[in-house]
Amino acid sequence: MALNINGNSFDLPNDPRTSLLDFIRREAGLTGSKKGCDHGQCGACTVIVNGERINSCLTLAVMHDGCSVTTIEGLGTLAEPSALQKAFVDHDGYQCGYCTPGQICSATAMLDEIKAGMPSDATDDITAAPTLTDEEIRERMSGNLCRCGAYPNIVAAIREVAGEAT
Amino acid sequence: MKPFDYIRADGLDLAAQQLSHNGAMAIAGGTNLIDLMKLQVETPAALIDLNPLPMNQIANEGDGLRIGALASNTAIANHAKVRADYPVLAKAILAGATQQLRNKATMAGNLCQRTRCYYFTNIDQPCNKREPGSGCGAIEGIAKLHGVLGTSNQCIATYPGDMAVALYALDAQIEISGNDGAARTMPLREFHRLPGETPHIDNNLDAGDIITGVTLPAPVGGTQAYRKVRERSSYAFALCSVAAVIAMADGRFTRADLAFGALAHKPWYDHRVGEMLIGEKPSLALFDKAADLLLEDARGFGANDFKIPLARRTLAATLCEATGVEA
Amino acid sequence: MSAHLIQDEPDTRNVLDRTTQGIIGKPLSRPDGLLKVTGTATYASEYDIEGCLEGVLVTAPFAKGEVTSIDDSSVTGMPGVVAVLNDKRMTPRAIQGTAGEAPHTGLCKVDYWGQPIALVVAETFEQARDAAKHLEIEFNSEDAIFDPAACTPEPDDDPTRQGDLGKAMSDAEHSVDLKFTTESHASAAMEPHAAIAQWDGDTLTVHASLQMLNYNISELADAMKLDESKVRLVARYVGGGFGSKLGVSQDIVAASVATMQLGRPVRVVMSRQQVFQNVMRRSETSQRLRLAVDHHGKLTAFGHEALVSNLPEEDFAEPVLQSSHFLYAGKNRLLQSETARIHRMTAGSVRAPGEAVGMPVLEAAMGELAEKAGIDPVQLRLDNIPTKHPATGKPFGSHKLAECLQRGAEAFGWDGSDRTPRQRREGEWWIGTGMASAARVHNVGEAKARVTLHDDGTAKVETDMTDIGTGTYTILGQIAGEMLGLSQSDVLTELGDTRFPRGPGSGGSWGAASAGSAVFVACEALREEIAQKIGQPVDALTFKDGLVSWDDGSVILADIANGENFTKEGHFEPGDIAEDYTASGFGAFFAEVAVNRWTGETRVRRMTGAFGFGRVLNAKTARSQCLGGMVWCIGSALTESLMFDPTDGHLVNPDLAEYHVPVNRDVPDLDVLLVEERDAVASPIQAKGIGELGMCGGAGAIANAIYNACGARLYVFPMTPDKVLAAMPVD
Repeated sequence: MALNINGNSFDLPNDPRTSLLDFIRREAGLTGSKKGCDHGQCGACTVIVNGERINSCLTLAVMHDGCSVTTIEGLGTLAEPSALQKAFVDHDGYQCGYCTPGQICSATAMLDEIKAGMPSDATDDITAAPTLTDEEIRERMSGNLCRCGAYPNIVAAIREVAGEAT
Repeated sequence: MKPFDYIRADGLDLAAQQLSHNGAMAIAGGTNLIDLMKLQVETPAALIDLNPLPMNQIANEGDGLRIGALASNTAIANHAKVRADYPVLAKAILAGATQQLRNKATMAGNLCQRTRCYYFTNIDQPCNKREPGSGCGAIEGIAKLHGVLGTSNQCIATYPGDMAVALYALDAQIEISGNDGAARTMPLREFHRLPGETPHIDNNLDAGDIITGVTLPAPVGGTQAYRKVRERSSYAFALCSVAAVIAMADGRFTRADLAFGALAHKPWYDHRVGEMLIGEKPSLALFDKAADLLLEDARGFGANDFKIPLARRTLAATLCEATGVEA
Repeated sequence: MSAHLIQDEPDTRNVLDRTTQGIIGKPLSRPDGLLKVTGTATYASEYDIEGCLEGVLVTAPFAKGEVTSIDDSSVTGMPGVVAVLNDKRMTPRAIQGTAGEAPHTGLCKVDYWGQPIALVVAETFEQARDAAKHLEIEFNSEDAIFDPAACTPEPDDDPTRQGDLGKAMSDAEHSVDLKFTTESHASAAMEPHAAIAQWDGDTLTVHASLQMLNYNISELADAMKLDESKVRLVARYVGGGFGSKLGVSQDIVAASVATMQLGRPVRVVMSRQQVFQNVMRRSETSQRLRLAVDHHGKLTAFGHEALVSNLPEEDFAEPVLQSSHFLYAGKNRLLQSETARIHRMTAGSVRAPGEAVGMPVLEAAMGELAEKAGIDPVQLRLDNIPTKHPATGKPFGSHKLAECLQRGAEAFGWDGSDRTPRQRREGEWWIGTGMASAARVHNVGEAKARVTLHDDGTAKVETDMTDIGTGTYTILGQIAGEMLGLSQSDVLTELGDTRFPRGPGSGGSWGAASAGSAVFVACEALREEIAQKIGQPVDALTFKDGLVSWDDGSVILADIANGENFTKEGHFEPGDIAEDYTASGFGAFFAEVAVNRWTGETRVRRMTGAFGFGRVLNAKTARSQCLGGMVWCIGSALTESLMFDPTDGHLVNPDLAEYHVPVNRDVPDLDVLLVEERDAVASPIQAKGIGELGMCGGAGAIANAIYNACGARLYVFPMTPDKVLAAMPVD
């Protein structure tokens, strides 16, 4: 009974109440994933589980036996940041930094969703493959609140990495 | 959050038995249940995790489509056949929540999600839905999110979801496995309940029942639209929503299946509205008459009075867009 | 060691324009950026402290009255529960910014719904949270007033009365007399309020989410009856503040009491609901605007009155009229405000207190006046810019309103010739434009910072100043680098620890100018010392790229150090200058909106902001501050509203699902123009604040654009679809 976080295996917690987020922050000691609301209303806790982004605050660690979790620490490091991490620095895609790990996890998964052809609420023709317009980026990133209001810079950072936005 | 026993489901029958015990609840995506458990609105003694059950397939069934109870919102909205043949469903799902939540939220969980009434989610407030007999804080309080149709003097809460509104318009069937293992189906339109004198009961599931899937009838084509009015442009519950499946021939309606969200304790489907439209030529005057019928018993509670004119206008907007009527 | 500057006179030397390193003002990326994007920047609750207990606040389910008993035994038998604390030192509400003294104490007297009444401490978070829900209390609750309109308000001091407003209104060619309301706002910083307190028997160390450590250490020491030397506060990274973390709050005092009583470290993190219910709100306001112009378009009457609210005994009153005092001319003036005493949670500072709600209302009224008078609204503003403060006669340090209006209009493509509403429709959307002025008073405060020049030629800046996302790490390093001739990477800035010299803290947009001036003063002293060592006058020296050079010589900075570290502490104080001058940031907003003709939904399609706020210290972080302010304009114009139950006064929407801060999709590309200026009055580095100016008026531009789009004149903020629909002409 274990789950894998950034390539390391962790035993599931004894207390089933432990949210995946608290497990990541406390048991695994990875505090990059943030608790902003604890109720799925802000996106600061976004991590990638088996390739899909989720709110780690709204799921229990014990429900993730055998799952593979990627947190912000698993996407890049100070020495080797990911392309999105670098672009967020270049474009000032943050201010206080608290929502930032969630934004970047979300954006990372979002670019894969676009590649997989998944539609969004901003997609005009949902039977066709979406193109990554700014409106698409904004809609797909709307699950990550940024109270500092860095949204235009976040979109710019993602647009640069995606390299194909209009 | 109160302590609970966590049990991974091991077969449908055993899970049904486990769910028959007092205080046991099923968990699938958990995006609503865990939220409510943290607030101690829900205090299950045992959580039966249904995720190990093989119920997430989406497959053709006859001329229609069967969607497993555990299929994620994302999987449904991204399914080629849903996008092509039931676009109202894909659009409604995509209008709800966020990608993170849709990745976890399941078909059955979404149908069973509870109201977002602020008095329901605050355990220091009276709420007949949470604690029968304690009263309703919303009726004399702030009723902005609340219902204007089918309310009772016990409860004016709304069903908050988007997906189910589309499923009502599509006349989906819901499959339920009883605690005796017997399967049954019912029209989804009969699944959710109005509050009446029993607002604590959201739907017609019995103890030990497990939703196994939802089936969609053969595709009907036509123009399908989901229009959601909300304060933010994304990530907000509806002020009013309309799911529409519209077909025309010779300039007249041949199909007008309309369901409404955020107006009542359940997605609102009034068969009379569609029946009135069929055979008629679309016009603003006709849409107004349809709204008259839809809203003839509507009643506001102050902060939500606006929903009555808003529903009228949203209906007209949806029908104008679907039929090409110039306004 | 210490250099002290009291600024009594304008500083027109513009030293930072004569330095040659060339990094000041440049859009450099943040030195703390990689830490933030890799999740390795550590916020208050994230320190891994062995044996840390978890505390959860218990809150009152009534608005006014007294807790008469708390039954500890209802939870002490629960698994993991260590203690229930209700100590007379604990605080029911945070103290207002810059108080520097203990907050209110004692939890048993309850003044607002959701006030903390106890702390439950347990071994794990889950145990503490569950136990907190089970604590049994008895209380007597009393009737209370929740509606500001239901009580007799207290007049505030010092109303402005000049001439005869009533007569000017009745004599005027064109006038408006309008009443507006704005709803209560929450700061809603993304990081909840949090503290980890550790008591080692001698010293209390608290990692906390705070904006103003300099004041906070005094507040906490006073609350705990400790000498300040026995208290240490650490806030290296703060997940947003916006005024909500100015003063020591409930979590911090509770954690401190708990650790001192239990002898183990204690962490207290407020839930998001508690943040909404406990943390200061911006007051709702009712405002009346009376404006009149003569046939030349000159303002003859300027009346702005406001009603705000707060709890009894709170000194703070939302300073709605703050910039109205000097933004526009007009001989006949009446500015006065009143405060209603009601039992909602404390009202206090939320980003740009005063102007955030006063300016949008003033600017919406100016928009309506311009329409009545048939004047281009940009021209109406341009024609009414005063040359000095209309009431006090004090001159402005600098004033870029006209330039911001003109440059903003040009960048936006403003056409003020025909402002008739309902002229443009795209499908089912009405499209319209609107504009507004921006103004925000400039604040500056006493600040200290230490700058050390190491023997390896690098420098370190240290101050207990905070970076709440504003870019303090970045700009203090840039100032030091510019002054000492070092690249950004050769200057290390350390913040957020009371072991460092006392900074001003972050609040009121004063951090950059105040702390930046302290760093500047320290660097001037270092330059002077270096000049003495070299034997050249400091004005003859050029500091660049680690080299100090003069007419016929140069020396490597590291060599001057010769194995020693030079340290100077800069101490900056504003002095008398504020008594002689008016200092303010100015700007202009232009917005284009789409209003859905069916549903009243409003979306901002584009927005331009032009801002003059003195010297730009970093064009990238300054622009980000402006962007953030403009996003707040969108929120306060369209969605943000705290709703209170009329019966028991509880906050109905205490979460991020129902308090609608803007999401990414609500925000279009925003165009920001930084209008460079040098304000010699504002600070020795000629800089003013920019953390708030970007939200001071923009909601008015959006309101004016809604009217121009669809013909709905609204007098309520936020302009949610229900409100727009009710005001929109039927088509």
